[in-house]
Amino acid sequence: MSDDAPMTNTAQLLTGTGVGRGTAVAGAVFISPSPIVPENEESGPPEVEIARVKQIMAEVANNLRSQAQASSKTLADVLHAAAAMAEDPALMDQITTSIEAGAGPATAVDEAVNHFAKMFQEAGGYLAERVTDLMSVRHRIIAKILGVPEPGIPDLTEPKIIIAEDLSPADTAALNLNHVAGIVTELGGPTSHTAIIAGQLGIPCIVGVKGILDIARPATVGVNAVAGNAIINPSAAQKEMLKKQGEKLAKLVQDATPAATQDGHRIDVLANIGTVSDAERAKDASIGGVGLFRTEILFLRRQSAPTKEEQAATYGQVFDQFPGQKVVTRTLDAGADKPLTFATLADEENPALGVRGFRTARVHPNLLADQLAALAQAANTKDVDSWVMAPMIATAGEARAFADQARAAGIQTVGVMIEIPAAALRAEQILGAVDFLSIGTNDLAQYTMAADRLSADLVDLTDKWQPAILELIAATAAAGKKLNKPVGVCGESAGDPLMALVLTGLGITSLSMAPPATIAVRYLLNQHTLAQCQEMAHAARTAADAQKARDAVLNLIDPEARETLGL
Amino acid sequence: MAQRQAQIASSSGLHARPAQLFVQAAVETGLPVTIAVAGKEPVDARSILSVMGLGISQGTTVELAAEGEGAEAALDRLVEMLETNLDE
Repeated sequence: MSDDAPMTNTAQLLTGTGVGRGTAVAGAVFISPSPIVPENEESGPPEVEIARVKQIMAEVANNLRSQAQASSKTLADVLHAAAAMAEDPALMDQITTSIEAGAGPATAVDEAVNHFAKMFQEAGGYLAERVTDLMSVRHRIIAKILGVPEPGIPDLTEPKIIIAEDLSPADTAALNLNHVAGIVTELGGPTSHTAIIAGQLGIPCIVGVKGILDIARPATVGVNAVAGNAIINPSAAQKEMLKKQGEKLAKLVQDATPAATQDGHRIDVLANIGTVSDAERAKDASIGGVGLFRTEILFLRRQSAPTKEEQAATYGQVFDQFPGQKVVTRTLDAGADKPLTFATLADEENPALGVRGFRTARVHPNLLADQLAALAQAANTKDVDSWVMAPMIATAGEARAFADQARAAGIQTVGVMIEIPAAALRAEQILGAVDFLSIGTNDLAQYTMAADRLSADLVDLTDKWQPAILELIAATAAAGKKLNKPVGVCGESAGDPLMALVLTGLGITSLSMAPPATIAVRYLLNQHTLAQCQEMAHAARTAADAQKARDAVLNLIDPEARETLGL
Repeated sequence: MAQRQAQIASSSGLHARPAQLFVQAAVETGLPVTIAVAGKEPVDARSILSVMGLGISQGTTVELAAEGEGAEAALDRLVEMLETNLDE
């Protein structure tokens, strides 16, 4: 395979979600596709086939176990679990039954695995994520049965871009990481295993890139993880550009000076997290703390609420990751798309407009009381600047009630979220009762536009550039300026680098986002003055529609910064 | 037949590492151990796929059963394991 693609190939741009850091250019290595079970597979005598499959399953399990021995603890756990799957007796029972009924051995394995994969997929959440592990076990067993090469990573002797449908933990374990310049996968999202590993190791990576498996081979691939795009067969000029972008971005990652505009106007650029492991990944010198700690995950998939002590321990573990830094915790936001068995009213006709967020305290007052006590207890024992806010506040009265209760529980800095248009319109009165505001742009968009945020048919309405949404953000920011109190944004908007400039121009004081997004946001802030941000905010607010608002802002971006981020 | 109840202590429930350790321990008893949760059929405790498929979270009560020599002592060991937080 050559690193230099034929001259006739023109560059092609594919986009996905960038999750690693920096840029890379190298020859592409395609991970063998999953083995395909032949139709009407031939089969020998059942007892012979059963014995053969049993032996192969044991071999696969043993290989996984020896890989586990050479791996770090987290990966070893995953590999041990995969080994247990490879010789699972329930799986074996089903395979045996199918072979006895006349199925070919690979067909039998395929059917048995699919039975469990379907069950895991339907269960959702954690189990659905384990399907990748199960499928990688399937591929190994079936490849051995069919005598085809096991899908997996070839031995790398020089830096390459790895291209795959998705990488399982077992695949990543087999990677010679010194020679992985970048990773591009067709499937997966920002929280997939591939994304997490690449993020930890600082490998430029893009996930969810449709069409990457269909590119002509051989190919050279340029990866820009910050912009989230892959350039197939880049020109010499594009390669040079990627190299320059990479150098700049590498410097940026190292840079731990607080985020600010070019003329020194400080903005808190913070991380959104939901778990202790998110917190561990987000602790980074260049991220100033946490702007949104979602606590629902601690409560999900449980029959009863976690105890005060259990909550305090978890909050303490999160606080430990951010010594001396700000951590903004959002109290339980149950209901609507995040139902909890013990905190959600059954049969609400319209849950998005029902008893959710702070409103849950009307029916289950103990949940909030326990959570506030646990947060105060955890903050007392840790060196952390703990802020606490309530979601789904509609009135100044609710804000005051929450503030009184939180302060009585021992919380020092109390705020509320602005997600309801009524609250944005009365931001000044609400902010009078609390210490800070945080705007949840996803819900604010849904309630402002009366359009379900999860509806794929209405995405044009919930577009974060809708002028009406920007007006409500501007009104909220203005209240902050008037009362000289912080107003942050912690929704999806904050992580869009263009929108981050607009928000800064509107007077927002902190931006909280998925940790990988912080790099581009910090960089773009640093390339523009506060006056420029204000000009962009004006341009966006006065635009006729969402598309024109974004275009107007893009036109005001520094051309070199546009190039660096591939905007 | 020996039977025991246990309450799951691991923070992640009976998934991931705790599930793998439990299944390994069940295999090591050499007995056909089953595990059940309310409302579902008992499954083979030596099958990680079946155990994970139960979707057991922290605080859930499970019922173990086994037959054979040493079943009582074996179940006692498994109960002790389930009632320890294996995520820590």
